[in-house]
Amino acid sequence: MVSPLPLAVGVAVIALVALLIYGVNSSGPSRTLDSQLARGEKPAAPKLQLTSLRDGQPKSLTDYRGKVVLLNVWASWCGPCRTESPLLERWHRKMQPLGGTVLGIDTLDIKGDALGFIAKHKLTYPQLNDREGTSIKKLGTAQYPESFLVDKQGRITALQRGPVDETWMRQHVLPLLEPSS
Amino acid sequence: MTRALVALLLLVLLGTATSAAAACPKTSLADVEDEVMCPVCGVPLGLATEAPQAQRERAFIQREIERCKSKTQIKAELVAQFGDRVLALPPDKGFNLAVYLVPAAIVLAGLAAVTTVALRRRRESRATSNGAAPTTALAGDDAARLEADLERYDL
Repeated sequence: MVSPLPLAVGVAVIALVALLIYGVNSSGPSRTLDSQLARGEKPAAPKLQLTSLRDGQPKSLTDYRGKVVLLNVWASWCGPCRTESPLLERWHRKMQPLGGTVLGIDTLDIKGDALGFIAKHKLTYPQLNDREGTSIKKLGTAQYPESFLVDKQGRITALQRGPVDETWMRQHVLPLLEPSS
Repeated sequence: MTRALVALLLLVLLGTATSAAAACPKTSLADVEDEVMCPVCGVPLGLATEAPQAQRERAFIQREIERCKSKTQIKAELVAQFGDRVLALPPDKGFNLAVYLVPAAIVLAGLAAVTTVALRRRRESRATSNGAAPTTALAGDDAARLEADLERYDL
């Protein structure tokens, strides 16, 4: 018969190793959305629990249902976000009369710095906040900026991990703004 | 008269500045850096030297120090900005208590296991030396021979 002590030690070691393997595997960003889009699917946008950057009031992506939304995850300390912001502002002004909007999600940022960034770059599109970056994990966000295009039915139709450019916007956003879409 | 007034004013100003400095808690950037994380880098702030977010966080801490905030107040401000994950050690309440209790429980369990094993071995070796529990019984001839030998040596 096996002595209970070595058995307990063995079980504890196996449990610790299993926990370590789980930890290592679960730390990477999810790429489910990328694979679904690559297969031509249009997955439903995840329910993101966010707050308004200015007043901290709870906000959700469903508040924008019926609009074409370009979700843009950014932070004031992120260099490429600075470069990208004039393009996003220009496109927001273009999208607004056609039932669309750019929606910024500031994350892992100091609120004062974020508001300073918005003022400096004269950004007029709505800004939400994911203070701890937990909600945007559902989008598989791991770098900044990242953009997700959501259609009027609340489905993700395209994403860009890295800054968007004029070509990407024309290719993905314009078709959704057409009256027939 | 004017000189006296100016001197008095200077004294008052100097006194105010000195008392403000005395009331200001002695907080340093290095002191806070050790106890908070750079949330994007996933390492303590003190180790994240070049990351842009770490530099912003340091600037924020420095501003708070200049506003005379204590280390506890600065850490609370950082939690308000980034949430609990900014703390290198989470607060000791709720589920986070596990961070402190689990290692302590593992250490205690290890000590208990070592003590149990040591006590058992000691008991076994004592029993063997007292002859109270011989490990193997000798066969009839061997037992008789051993008995005779022991008597011969008069032990």
